[in-house]
Amino acid sequence: MDKYQFLITMAGVIFSLGLLGVAVRRNLLVVMMCLEIMLNAVVLSFVTSASRSNTVAGASMTFFIYVAASCEIALAMAIVVLLVKRHGTLDLDAHQDLKG
Amino acid sequence: MDTFFILLFSTLAVLFAALVLILRQPMRAALALIAHMVSLACIYATLNVHVVAIFQILIYVSAVMVFMVYTIMLLDDRDASYRQRFSRWVYPALIVAVLIPLSLWLLPAESGALVAPAGGPERFSFAAFALDFMKSYWFHFELATVLLLIGVLSAWTAVKEGLDG
Repeated sequence: MDKYQFLITMAGVIFSLGLLGVAVRRNLLVVMMCLEIMLNAVVLSFVTSASRSNTVAGASMTFFIYVAASCEIALAMAIVVLLVKRHGTLDLDAHQDLKG
Repeated sequence: MDTFFILLFSTLAVLFAALVLILRQPMRAALALIAHMVSLACIYATLNVHVVAIFQILIYVSAVMVFMVYTIMLLDDRDASYRQRFSRWVYPALIVAVLIPLSLWLLPAESGALVAPAGGPERFSFAAFALDFMKSYWFHFELATVLLLIGVLSAWTAVKEGLDG
């Protein structure tokens, strides 16, 4: 196994850990952190591909992922603060009344 | 030597990602997440993709995580999710989480570079990358700035409407 396939497998492991966290953790903030882990795994796979093919496209894509992540975290944190103000808890089970 | 560093920082990245999943206190989980991101930045630097390593530290570790840490400090985290960390979906989620890396592991190996290296590792230096990026992706860059502006305005509007309403 060369280092590129190893890193792609590592990206899969990290993505799975993030997915596991999103599925099983009950704390809203930790769920957001696990989403960031999933995004980081995607960035790792893009960087590995860029390094392997020696092209700029993969590294450029990471720039746009960073922009999307920044927007996501800004908006998500605002929503988390509002949800906690409304329900008084970070527990996901308390937010079952969300619709749509 | 590169292989050793990649192995070391990959192990650290997976370890800290697992800690984010396991740790009870959100602040400790955030610190583990910062360590995870720094480990990934070290991997990028080892791969000579320095520009992404710099982005990783500047944007993720600095901006995004400061935001996260401020939010944790703003909220009281000692609630039901503090006492009982995991939901009832642990076992199905574990099965899916094992299947994803296993499928990647079993992919047929293709070794070596896909194309002949043109320019070498310095292609991903900050100056060379900036030139290439702005030559090919300037329109996408402008779109990204608009997206960022919309994100900031949306967050501001959500907080304002939520507090008013």
